[in-house]
Amino acid sequence: MPVITPHVSRTRPSYGLRPADRRRDRIMKYVITGSGFAAILAIILIFVFIGKEALPVLTSPEVHQEVTLSKMVTPLEGRAGKPKAYIWQPVSQVPKYSLPPLVLGSLKATLVALLFATPFAIGAAIYSSEFAPRRARELIKPVIEMLAGIPSVVLGFFALIVLAGWLKDLFDWKYRLNATTAGIALGVAAIPIIYTVAEEALRAVPRQYREAAQALGATPWQVARSVVLPSAAPGIFAAIALGFGRAIGETMIVLMASGNAATWSWSLGDSVRTMSATVAAEMAEVVHGSAHYNVLFFIGALLFVVTFLINFLGELYIGRLRRRLTGSAA
Amino acid sequence: MANMQAHGPVALVQRRRWRRLFSPLPLITGFLTLCVVLMLVVILWNIVAGGVGRLTWEFLTTAPSQGMTAGGIFPAIFGTVFLVILMTIAVIPLGVATAVYLRYYARPDAWFSRAVQIAVKNLAGVPSIVIGLFGLGFFVQFVGVGIDKSFFGGEVTMGQPAILWASLTLALLTLPVVIISTEEAMRAIPTDYLEASYALGATRWQTIRRVVLPSSMTGILTGGILAVSRGAGEVAPIMFTGAAYFLPYLPTKLNDQFMELGYHVYVLSTQSPDVDATLPLLYSTVLVLLLLTFALNALAVVVRARLRVRQAV
Repeated sequence: MPVITPHVSRTRPSYGLRPADRRRDRIMKYVITGSGFAAILAIILIFVFIGKEALPVLTSPEVHQEVTLSKMVTPLEGRAGKPKAYIWQPVSQVPKYSLPPLVLGSLKATLVALLFATPFAIGAAIYSSEFAPRRARELIKPVIEMLAGIPSVVLGFFALIVLAGWLKDLFDWKYRLNATTAGIALGVAAIPIIYTVAEEALRAVPRQYREAAQALGATPWQVARSVVLPSAAPGIFAAIALGFGRAIGETMIVLMASGNAATWSWSLGDSVRTMSATVAAEMAEVVHGSAHYNVLFFIGALLFVVTFLINFLGELYIGRLRRRLTGSAA
Repeated sequence: MANMQAHGPVALVQRRRWRRLFSPLPLITGFLTLCVVLMLVVILWNIVAGGVGRLTWEFLTTAPSQGMTAGGIFPAIFGTVFLVILMTIAVIPLGVATAVYLRYYARPDAWFSRAVQIAVKNLAGVPSIVIGLFGLGFFVQFVGVGIDKSFFGGEVTMGQPAILWASLTLALLTLPVVIISTEEAMRAIPTDYLEASYALGATRWQTIRRVVLPSSMTGILTGGILAVSRGAGEVAPIMFTGAAYFLPYLPTKLNDQFMELGYHVYVLSTQSPDVDATLPLLYSTVLVLLLLTFALNALAVVVRARLRVRQAV
């Protein structure tokens, strides 16, 4: 370690500090405090700049000639003779921007993802926190980390090239790419975050709870079922909520494996076009400043607000839960 | 009670052991855990088996040819490396400074440092496509076009998708990774070190530069590696901030567009004119991307383990 030589100034007492060091110390204080502001600034800038490009959808008269908020949420006239429907056709003579099929598409893919991911992730979390021998636990952690480390474009590739074929044979679908194919791949992407948060919640249950139950003669399974799970239930719920936030914003997997047809259908075997995939697929070709451009930013803003709220509330909830459990343990 | 005495404590223990063995929850959860492991194995096995055949030196060092149905992926590897280097230059100083702020300058209970922490956590949860939109709206359309207007007389120079903007967008995405990892390492520094430094008359900045930063180097390194691994795999943020389908030249300037591995996987998967001809190439490209991210993650694990050992000593 370098030796710092104390230097005593002759002109005024300065506790051994050279004026240059002091000045540097003060400057660096401002620099570092300024950098500390960077994360907050980033969030604010994201709000401002996504909002700035999305706002014309609500306010600009030029954009309103093409699309308004009410046109985006009500059924539109399609081809002559056909009943009104929700249509997403941004590139046509009369551009049509119905949001409901996209929102439904995102929700369908996310629903499948959570239905698929939750049992595996929560099951694995319970197993590794309650039952697993130490060696098994040491294996699970890197497996989850590797799963989390797979880039989403690779999962999208796997769903598109491999999984879609398997599932089509299994369910005898008309289309290879649909809400279920994309949803399952999306579920694989959501498993690590659900597992991590749930496992942490289970571990946060104080040891005394378990010991008290064991002392009363409960088996491990009884301890888990009647003591640990109820105490950790809110944390597990938060884990699923964070998984939802991860899945609904995920882009590459749904872009590659969902089929991208914006249809108003409740079937999980139909193609879907999600909000995130719509932005990804269309933003590259769109004219800067056009109504279409603003609508895509509007969709991005919706995604941002939804995920922001879910993450914010989830973190708040987990923080409170952790304090409550550790507080009661002390 | 009479029943218990009749059977004795041995029977009780036996009954318990039986219940322990055949209780449903360990079996079910164990099976579910096994399924998760199998998912990983199936995905990895499939990609390795499909991609290893074409993975040659030539594949890594030549450019795509014949409408991307032949040749290699060198421009994509080059672009990825260039991109993450720029990203690292941007994200490490900012991330480390934020961690230093949170740990050594902010009062832990002050509303401002709490707000910073909440912002970091929320930034980590922003969907990557939204970060990409922000990169387009802020870096390209606002900063880039602004630079063009004020320095280049409105001529399009920086106000277009470019590797600089893509790397800054990725830096924003990976900022929380660096902050969290650095902070963790700084938490492990014994307070004795700081007190010794202050006792010698060092200022706060001197203490940070000479004591804190050297001691948390491994944590910073881990954060940097994890950020690179994350950044190399992300496609959504760079799709409209600088990545290109195909370029006949390598990026050399900050305002060039570039090819990138993850984006190349997307392009080959969805836009290929001849799927059968592309598929072997595609598998190998995926394998390269996967090997790159896993190797970086493994490196981070090793570095972190070293840190632990040193702390234990």
